Amino acid sequence: MLDALPSVSTLLARFVQRHAGAGRLHSLRYVQQDTMGLSVSRNIIDPPRLQHNAGVMLCVRINGNEAFAATSDLTERGLTQAFEQAQSLATAMGAHALLKLPSVQGEAMLARYASPGADLPLPDASVWLDILRVESARVPAHQQLVNWSAGLRVTDRHQLYLDSVGSEIHTHQRVFHPRLEVTAFDGRHSQRRSWSFSRQGGPELVRQSGFIGHIEQVADQALQLLAAPNTPSGERDVLLMPDQMILQIHESIGHPLEMDRILGDERNFAGTSFVTPDMFGSYQYGSPLLNVSFDPDITDEAASYGHDDEGSPAHKHLLIEGGVLKRPLGGALSQSRSGLPGVANSRACDWNRPPIDRMANLNLEPGDQDLAQMIGNIEHGILMATNRSWSIDQARNKFQFGCEWGQLIENGQLTKVVRNPNYRGISAQFWRKLSAVGDTSTFEVLGTPNCGKGEPNQSITVGHATPACVFQQIDVFGGQA
Amino acid sequence: MEHRFYREAFEQVRQWLLAQIDEGEHFSIAFDAEHSHFIRFNHGRVRQASQVQQINLTLRLIQGDRHASQTLSLTGYPSHDVAQVGAALQQLRSLLAVLPADPYLLLDLTAFTDERTGEGYLPDADALIEQLVTLSDGLDMVGLYAGGPIYRGFASSWGSHGWHVSVSASLDFSLYHANGEAVKITYSTSEWDAEVLAEHFARGRAQLLHLGKPRKTLVPGQYRVYLAPAAAGSLIGMLRGGFSARALATRRSALQALHLGSTELSPLFTLSERASTGLEPSFNGDGGLRHDVTLIDRGRLAGQLVSARSAREYGNEANGVDGSELPSSLVIEPGELATAEVLQALGTGLYISNLWYLNYSDVGTARVTGMTRFASFWVENGEIVAPIDTLRFDDSLYSILGPSLLALTRERSLRISTRTYQRRDAETVLLPGLLLDHLTFTL
Repeated sequence: MLDALPSVSTLLARFVQRHAGAGRLHSLRYVQQDTMGLSVSRNIIDPPRLQHNAGVMLCVRINGNEAFAATSDLTERGLTQAFEQAQSLATAMGAHALLKLPSVQGEAMLARYASPGADLPLPDASVWLDILRVESARVPAHQQLVNWSAGLRVTDRHQLYLDSVGSEIHTHQRVFHPRLEVTAFDGRHSQRRSWSFSRQGGPELVRQSGFIGHIEQVADQALQLLAAPNTPSGERDVLLMPDQMILQIHESIGHPLEMDRILGDERNFAGTSFVTPDMFGSYQYGSPLLNVSFDPDITDEAASYGHDDEGSPAHKHLLIEGGVLKRPLGGALSQSRSGLPGVANSRACDWNRPPIDRMANLNLEPGDQDLAQMIGNIEHGILMATNRSWSIDQARNKFQFGCEWGQLIENGQLTKVVRNPNYRGISAQFWRKLSAVGDTSTFEVLGTPNCGKGEPNQSITVGHATPACVFQQIDVFGGQA
Repeated sequence: MEHRFYREAFEQVRQWLLAQIDEGEHFSIAFDAEHSHFIRFNHGRVRQASQVQQINLTLRLIQGDRHASQTLSLTGYPSHDVAQVGAALQQLRSLLAVLPADPYLLLDLTAFTDERTGEGYLPDADALIEQLVTLSDGLDMVGLYAGGPIYRGFASSWGSHGWHVSVSASLDFSLYHANGEAVKITYSTSEWDAEVLAEHFARGRAQLLHLGKPRKTLVPGQYRVYLAPAAAGSLIGMLRGGFSARALATRRSALQALHLGSTELSPLFTLSERASTGLEPSFNGDGGLRHDVTLIDRGRLAGQLVSARSAREYGNEANGVDGSELPSSLVIEPGELATAEVLQALGTGLYISNLWYLNYSDVGTARVTGMTRFASFWVENGEIVAPIDTLRFDDSLYSILGPSLLALTRERSLRISTRTYQRRDAETVLLPGLLLDHLTFTL
């Protein structure tokens, strides 16, 4: 694809300089995303898909009314038209805006952020396809292995944020999303086993992550699950591995702490929260072992960045400390609306959507037990790994989650594999049952590319890093026989 | 004027590409554009307003049995866009040079021509905001207006040509009672009518009266249930991926048991993909002309959604869906129950207006879990008694749409998607309400 970034940067900078003095143009955000999607299914290369997506979002503030206009027309004419449309929209709001917002204040910020290795050239598609073909071919010939695939998606996201006081923030994130998947079928039932992550970094990430050769284990576990009994029902201690913990953190800590939900913006779609503003500073969210951070500084985590999409500098903060709720996930606007402290989490999924409060890197801090200790301390329990089903009420309280992999724990020992492991609970009670937190040997940096929220809808990449954790006396159940 | 701009942007790229391709090459382009207003409300006032003008083009290049595609954003001005499209063409040529032949490529070189331009009337932003703020007076209204023209096009080097314009808007909103209960309403139209909108608000105000009653807390268990069309639509939405020929062949479909013939749904239940209805274009982004397909006929799996690739791979006949193999214009046959008699037929049980956050808890048995949401009530002897605390259900679609299905309403509701991930959606479902003998609630 044409390397348009330098010429677009110049065009945008000139445009902002020309309009900054008039007091209407607030900020501008240009986003360019280049994605390569490759996969091999049952040893055949699927048709490759490339994407080059670029556009700009202008933000104006007129008499306190804020409005946005976005366009993929990256010409002087397109920018001027979008600027006029945004002004027209801000004017149309008249006296009916919910919020009255000030013009940009403060000093200009000049900053750059780049993923580790993001400036290195990527290997050609043929190199990746060779790796994927080799992985696919590792799946053994077995009549019950009916489907498998190995895939890789690489996204380069460049963002340029400019505002009317002269700020200029460049962000370049390169995110890798490798995945493996195998389905086994016995003529009546099927079981699916998978492996994936989303992380920033360079091409070496694919090898370092353990991707190479891992599909054999994925296939073996799919067969084990097919032959396994259903998960028995009843209360047990649950050991959640990191690739399920990320879902648990995401749904029952991340979403309920989003300040725009608490303020009611999302009531028509994503929902509200069981958390209320008065809880911050005192509410016992979980057991004293629970420490949760907003951490934009872990270099390879999927949503690390230097500034959010409204130009706020991002720093690490504990949201929950010793089990006590400290601060919400609220960007600068939510902080001024609520009077509460927050974090730099105003994010937009792309150039065509305005920023809202989002998770970025939301992590659970490591504890002091290794995996053997955690298993050894469980008398009657189950290990669950890899999310496959998730559902939670609109206030983010009553949930039911399911995993691909289950293994019973009896008297401190891992025993038989079980299929269809599910558990249910209530967020406000669940985290108080946290009885052990894994140490750094169990800690994994993971993430997901598909967090949906907002009106209009936005799907965004978030990072979650977490150790394995144990929860006491959880309601566990399996599928139908 | 605006329609012409997008049409010319599409046509000029097509013409330019026809002159660029080499002997032995084929191409297709799928054009996707919109000019949308998104106006978000909270507490009856404007929370966030944006306007989006976007054009995306997916260029697919085919050389013999090798093919790949690239999606790119355009300005709409050929003087600028042809350089981008040209760069994409070169990149695809480089990629094809390292690809082996695709054994599952099935290229139908039959050319088609299809064109539909729908007109409409939508209000300007200032008039719209004034209307909504006035109608929301005294109400806690929250929601989103999304409206404007949508453009889809398809063209190929072998002469296929499709063009589709629709002008539409949806106002998807909720009215909240002070106690946290809410009623949800969706008004979707191509001809915006302030009076019709006012009627929706009036009905919402009336429903809020019921929501003011003290909530009833129910213990988990099985209850007789009426699912209003919006709730039934969420449930039917879970079936969408199940008809994929690829999902069925690779044993990942939730309808596997139906496919294997080991179970059936109720004979009352018939479901079709009716490409000839709905708001989506008659052609898909891969260049196929969409077919009408009966998917479930009186409880039995009667059809699958087969893309060209699946047709080649699994030996089925393609029926005009793109590679996603998802339906976009579903129609469920109605039943005999008059909507006006729903409460009487329900007797004692739950009237559920909306469901939320559905997911499979066990794909193999089509077991689905999800929550009740918005105006849902406990009914006794045909009378609404009280709103309910949110409940989680967990039950198999084979039961819900099988032995539990007692009746479908005679009247049907056209549900138009309000999804706006990356672009505005135009998927539709025409469906009745469902009366169930029981639904299993777990939390």
